[in-house]
Amino acid sequence: MIHSLFLINASGDIFLEKHWKSVVSRSVCDYFFEAQERASEPENVPPVIPTPHHYLISVLRHRIYFVAVIQSEVPPLFVIEFLHRVVDTFQDYFGVCTEAAIKDNVVVVYELLEEMLDNGFPLATESNILKELIKPPTILRTMVNTITGSTNVGEQLPTGQLSVVPWRRTGVKYTNNEAYFDVVEEIDVIIDKSGSTITAEIQGVIDACVKLTGMPDLTLSFMNPRLLDDVSFHPCVRFKRWEAERILSFIPPDGNFRLLSYHVSSQNLVAIPVYVKHNITFREGSSQGRFDLTLGPKQTMGKVVESVLVSSQLPRGVLNANLNPSQGTYTFDPVTKLLSWDVGKINPQKLPSLKGTMSLQAGASKPDENPTFNIQFKIQQMAISGLKVNRLDMYGEKYKPFKGIKYMTKAGKFQVRT
Amino acid sequence: MTDSKYFTTNKKGEIFELKAELNNEKKEKRKEAVKKVIAAMTVGKDVSSLFPDVVNCMQTDNLELKKLVYLYLMNYAKSQPDMAIMAVNSFVKDCEDPNPLIRALAVRTMGCIRVDKITEYLCEPLRKCLKDEDPYVRKTAAVCVAKLHDINAQMVEDQGFLDSLRDLIADSNPMVVANAVAALSEISESHPNSNLLDLNPQNINKLLTALNECTEWGQIFILDCLSNYNPKDEREAQSICERVTPRLSHANSAVVLSAVKVLMKFLELLPKDSDYYNMLLKKLSPPLVTLLSGEPEVQYVALRNINLIVQKRPEILKQEIKVFFVKYNDPIYVKLEKLDIMIRLASQANIAQVLAELKEYATEVDVDFVRKAVRAIGRCAIKVEQSAERCVSTLLDLIQTKVNYVVQEAIVVIRDIFRKYPNKYESIIATLCENLDSLDEPDARAAMIWIVGEYAERIDNADELLESFLEGFHDESTQVQLTLLTAIVKLFLKKPSETQELVQQVLSLATQDSDNPDLRDRGYIYWRLLSTDPVTAKEVVLSEKPLISEETDLIEPTLLDELICHIGSLASVYHKPPSAFVEGSHGVHRKHLPVHIDTGESPVSGGPAAAMDQPHVIPSQGDLLGDLLNLDLGPPVNVPQVSSMQMGAVDLLGGGLDSLVSLHAHSTAPVNYIYVGQNFIPSSVPSTFAPSPTPAPQAASSGLNDLFELSTGMAITTGGYAAPKAVWLPAVKAKGLEISGTFSRRQGHMYMDMTFTNKALQHMADFAIQFNKNSFGVIPTSPLPIHTPLMPNQSIDISLPLNTIGPVMKMDPLNNLQVAVKNSIDVFYFSVLIPLNIFFVEDGKMERQVFLATWKDIPNENELQYQIKDCHLNAGCNCVPCLFPQLSLKCRAPEVSQYVYQMYDSVLKN
Repeated sequence: MIHSLFLINASGDIFLEKHWKSVVSRSVCDYFFEAQERASEPENVPPVIPTPHHYLISVLRHRIYFVAVIQSEVPPLFVIEFLHRVVDTFQDYFGVCTEAAIKDNVVVVYELLEEMLDNGFPLATESNILKELIKPPTILRTMVNTITGSTNVGEQLPTGQLSVVPWRRTGVKYTNNEAYFDVVEEIDVIIDKSGSTITAEIQGVIDACVKLTGMPDLTLSFMNPRLLDDVSFHPCVRFKRWEAERILSFIPPDGNFRLLSYHVSSQNLVAIPVYVKHNITFREGSSQGRFDLTLGPKQTMGKVVESVLVSSQLPRGVLNANLNPSQGTYTFDPVTKLLSWDVGKINPQKLPSLKGTMSLQAGASKPDENPTFNIQFKIQQMAISGLKVNRLDMYGEKYKPFKGIKYMTKAGKFQVRT
Repeated sequence: MTDSKYFTTNKKGEIFELKAELNNEKKEKRKEAVKKVIAAMTVGKDVSSLFPDVVNCMQTDNLELKKLVYLYLMNYAKSQPDMAIMAVNSFVKDCEDPNPLIRALAVRTMGCIRVDKITEYLCEPLRKCLKDEDPYVRKTAAVCVAKLHDINAQMVEDQGFLDSLRDLIADSNPMVVANAVAALSEISESHPNSNLLDLNPQNINKLLTALNECTEWGQIFILDCLSNYNPKDEREAQSICERVTPRLSHANSAVVLSAVKVLMKFLELLPKDSDYYNMLLKKLSPPLVTLLSGEPEVQYVALRNINLIVQKRPEILKQEIKVFFVKYNDPIYVKLEKLDIMIRLASQANIAQVLAELKEYATEVDVDFVRKAVRAIGRCAIKVEQSAERCVSTLLDLIQTKVNYVVQEAIVVIRDIFRKYPNKYESIIATLCENLDSLDEPDARAAMIWIVGEYAERIDNADELLESFLEGFHDESTQVQLTLLTAIVKLFLKKPSETQELVQQVLSLATQDSDNPDLRDRGYIYWRLLSTDPVTAKEVVLSEKPLISEETDLIEPTLLDELICHIGSLASVYHKPPSAFVEGSHGVHRKHLPVHIDTGESPVSGGPAAAMDQPHVIPSQGDLLGDLLNLDLGPPVNVPQVSSMQMGAVDLLGGGLDSLVSLHAHSTAPVNYIYVGQNFIPSSVPSTFAPSPTPAPQAASSGLNDLFELSTGMAITTGGYAAPKAVWLPAVKAKGLEISGTFSRRQGHMYMDMTFTNKALQHMADFAIQFNKNSFGVIPTSPLPIHTPLMPNQSIDISLPLNTIGPVMKMDPLNNLQVAVKNSIDVFYFSVLIPLNIFFVEDGKMERQVFLATWKDIPNENELQYQIKDCHLNAGCNCVPCLFPQLSLKCRAPEVSQYVYQMYDSVLKN
């Protein structure tokens, strides 16, 4: 199982180590540093690195490498999933997961890691249970603790850990009972230079924020459940019921959680909410290139496309760009050749455009690479797959909860090739 | 106020200061001090000298302080074993605490203190905790057994903790079950031969129940454990699959992949035409696709596994090629894996899309990736023949871009395309030659030179081109020099008149001015060849080249099968069997995919010949019995039940002889055939042939007919031929136990008939028998039926029913069977040869047309002819073998025919 964990920051310092079995010397990380040196970008460090006696399995999140050391045959995904869970927990506890935050809360970090793994076996990874064991630091509690000398370690056996619904603590009480669901879809698209779609798929999630008293039993049904043929559920969802009736039936965890994530594959017809017209040309023998980019909405069901941001890695030969945006602002970094254009909203009556010239090194030949445009945007009140919640019912409790559902579509990896 | 302050106390005398604080009277101060110590420990400072002071803080009611001290103890107890003893008492006390949280914490911490002296004290509290009323404590204790085993394995066994762990598998709480499974799996990793996790249908049922209710991590352990189980039949396999399938929708990718492993393995056991099988295949695809929307690290592991899955079962993902299209901001390790899978999935149906993508990638920035993409185009051309033309034109387009490394890579792959499809695309040579000057990498130069040499007769200025390379001959790499030498010799053989000077020049460069022995030797060989016999030289140099293989990078099938059993593990990421790299896993049993009876798919094929002589006793027990020694010879012999007679027999095919198949008695003059077909097998043949009065062949034409008629008539099922019993295990070699025996087939069942004789002076009891894995998967279906002790000088005749559903391993000779027999005195080993006829089923009759078609279907080189000599029947006999004393055998697996002949021969002679 997992032997040790090293946290390494962007500059290559090990700033935290934790051993669940015997101590593994930190020199084992040298193999990691070697791989890091070889990688051109920080994210290119391979996730599994063999060393003579150990294996290093790492994830990179928030510019921190979480490097786990294992010695025997352990499923790498198990380790990777666990490391991501560690990061999520830190984020949950400290708001952000940065080197500073971890150092500020080193004792809590240690207590958490100790509770999460025992001898390399995962022990408690559910945020609900952890919070009962170790209370998250808040300014108020830290102050109280300093004055009264009490601790942020729970005194009681976490009740949820052993019940049949380990994800929910018992005895939850709220004065305002509310259940909110956010349907968030990210659309991943590759569009080729002629404007036709190569792949388009949707990664959707339903995140919930449920604050309900007691042990509510919820059912959530959809207008068009057949869209959901590739789904991953939170453990609370009763799978049998879904198989039979296509209804989500569950006793929710308390607080924020991800109820469901789903995938709408490229085999379904996926609507593409924006289009891009581009024209980037370099003439042989000239040190100038023309740049012309126009964005427009398409298949948005009348909703506004907002927070639009276009970025692109221009060819290495481009020295500078002199462009003129019809709206928003653009920047071009002559060192990294990164062009980014903050567009804002797209007004269908007056399409945003970015036009101008790029200057090349004099006498250099025409660049080989074709830049790819990466587009980010948001559309509120719409799930691009067309998924719609039909109704939400609650059983098992008497009160009437307040219910709300929100939809949003975002660009995931939305790429336009030129 | 934050904890970062603990990191800032960097000044001198820090340890001293901490020591003072730890001994402070105020509880608060002590806690602060412990926190500082922990912080120092985290950043790797050595604070072990504070051990006694920290341990003093252990006796406290404050849970946080207790935990911190425990943390410290775990880190440093090893370096201060004597001090650590001081902590034992408070551990033992904490194990009795009314609060289960404290009990669990204490037992957990004790296990982490890796000091021998302490572990002795740990046993009693641990035993109590394993039976604790609170499941939280039990589950913690289960893990503690694994920890303890790591420190002192012998003690764990002596104290019976392993049995307690096994009991916990039946626990009412799913988390306890999961942890017990996890602990047992970890222990068994260091104990490859012990059968710790005895998987039987009852246990499996418990695990499946726990699977639904335990945590995600527990599910991974249970699924991995399930994948080691071999269901006894397809119904059981299907019911397990049904209960595992919901895990494919789990949010945790490791659970998903472990579930995929179980399903991929058990799929082997399901009949290929059933609806369930096809439904399961369909269900496997969406979760695999979903794994690719995870974090890049998850994607990487998923892709490595998908790479195996598409090689084993391409049908699962053949529709999904688009999800493997590369996004430009994928990390490079994801890009390269995606590319590899794209090529594996490339087919005629999607090649246009794939090529368009690859062309796109070839214009990206990352040089490594671009090169791989260009190479991928070449692989597509070689894999999908119909696409070759399109690939070539794509490559030409890329060459037009004049990007240096793209051009060079393209030329390298074009050479491979030329080799695969000779004389098809030479028209592009002119374009290639235009780029001659830009080639600066040895690979590309060598490729270009090879092309020029190979097609020298069609390139007008081939001599000029090659001459231009010759100028800097000594600066070239060896690879280029060798290729250039060969190319010029080729050119000379094709156009001898104009290039004499050139060839002399290169030969002298290679032989006289070079200090590379390879180059010199090749030069001398060519020189001598050319000067002595130009015709032979032509034959040698311009000989037909072996075709380039389609998929050089495919994983070898048996390794692939093994890796499929390891989906989700490190082995699957490295595409190497675990024995190859994981420390301490030597001697771990290699995993095999289960073999589905009836499918005729099996990794085993025949082996080389060996004489069919007397069985021999395997000499010493030490050496070659590695495998046999692993056999579990305990009295309850684990015996799968035979489900039907059909199964056992047909498995001759399933169990190894892939598609053994036409056995043929072929007479010299008139054509008479005996056929042994796919489903056939002549256990009836002998009984018919030898005694039955066959009508003498009247004419060649009717002979065939007759024979077919004949076999219609031979629905004899009573029993095949059985050789007389031979002594398998002489008494002198087995401390007085003599075993003689033979194999037979009666009423469609196979038996091993044996006589056990006790020639010793003491009685023998507790007999058990076990077979080593063998080519046909033969195993006994019941324990040895000797229930009473065998008195001195007593013998007993027994008949041991067999079937062929056991594990398969190719033996040499093919029909070798290694047997272990145990009695109250010792264990004995011997090996025997199984006569093939016991595998032959009764229903082997075949339509004449089918037979003839099958006969033709098998390549002629697989035909073997045997002379049947010394038929003991009298000369006037009219039976088939006497008249046509030659036997022709055709088998898809030629290795088998020899054994069939031996069997045939021995049947006739008796």
